[in-house]
Amino acid sequence: MPQRFHEGDFVRVRDDYPIGHIRTPVYIRGKQGVIVKDFGAFGNPETLAYCLPTEKRELYKVRFWQQMVWSSYKGGPRDTVDLDIYEHWLEKAE
Amino acid sequence: MSTHEHHDHDHDHHDHDHNSPPQPDDKVHSYYQILGTAVKELLIEKGVVAADEVRRMIERRDSITPANGAKVVARAWTDPAFKARLLKDANAAVQEFGIDMPTTHLVAVENTENLHNVVVCTLCSCYPRDLLGLPPSWYKSKAYRARVVSEPRAVLEEFGTSLSDNVEVRVHDSTADMRYLVVPRRPAGTEGMSQDALASIITRDTMIGVAVVEPLQN
Repeated sequence: MPQRFHEGDFVRVRDDYPIGHIRTPVYIRGKQGVIVKDFGAFGNPETLAYCLPTEKRELYKVRFWQQMVWSSYKGGPRDTVDLDIYEHWLEKAE
Repeated sequence: MSTHEHHDHDHDHHDHDHNSPPQPDDKVHSYYQILGTAVKELLIEKGVVAADEVRRMIERRDSITPANGAKVVARAWTDPAFKARLLKDANAAVQEFGIDMPTTHLVAVENTENLHNVVVCTLCSCYPRDLLGLPPSWYKSKAYRARVVSEPRAVLEEFGTSLSDNVEVRVHDSTADMRYLVVPRRPAGTEGMSQDALASIITRDTMIGVAVVEPLQN
């Protein structure tokens, strides 16, 4: 059972590369961010895409600092990128 | 094709073919376009959907324009209570305009003096179609999708939008069930304008976040 997160929790995206209909972009895998919103539970696209029986997964808005995502990022240190990520792709970070 | 294969009349077929203007149905269809057409034809043949239902749905989708989004933003600019409702629960707020989005979750994000929002879908082309209509072709291009997330300031510059380093640029990558609408900043000099007049200056690109609403020129 994946754990629940709360606003302000630091999380890391799983650095994992399974095959299938994955809605977690490759560029964000392994990166660290912070939970900014809990949207509630949504059908898991990884099974929905194949019309398989699905389970609800908690969906979070996660904010990442661009300089931590792209090593050569050109822009202010405050610039961010927000992604919507399902709970089973997130792990607790320090 | 067969009419082009006999060589007994006098104009040059080669030049003719190349000089005629491109026609909308000239292009070669991709594997997925053919697959889509095949599935549609099967669904119609088996009576699951009627051809007219498909046509009507396409016609309805094609008829939606960014004027929908502009009305919503103009109201948010002039009615603080509505803006609060829009930022809290955008689906409920746009329902006040008769815009019903039963299967997508709309999130409105507000630009401020210190924050500029810009929207992308790096995985496909998710877009708030009920408010903005069909996405422009650049929004679906690989170049926009890859670059706006990794070098948003450079992409915004190419759209003619220069932002100070003091402004936080926040990219929203629509990776899941949420669709994002940017509420641009209301420019100075528009204080006395009606909601309808304001809606007329709010454009598609300002609600995607690649542009800002220009101050009025007198």
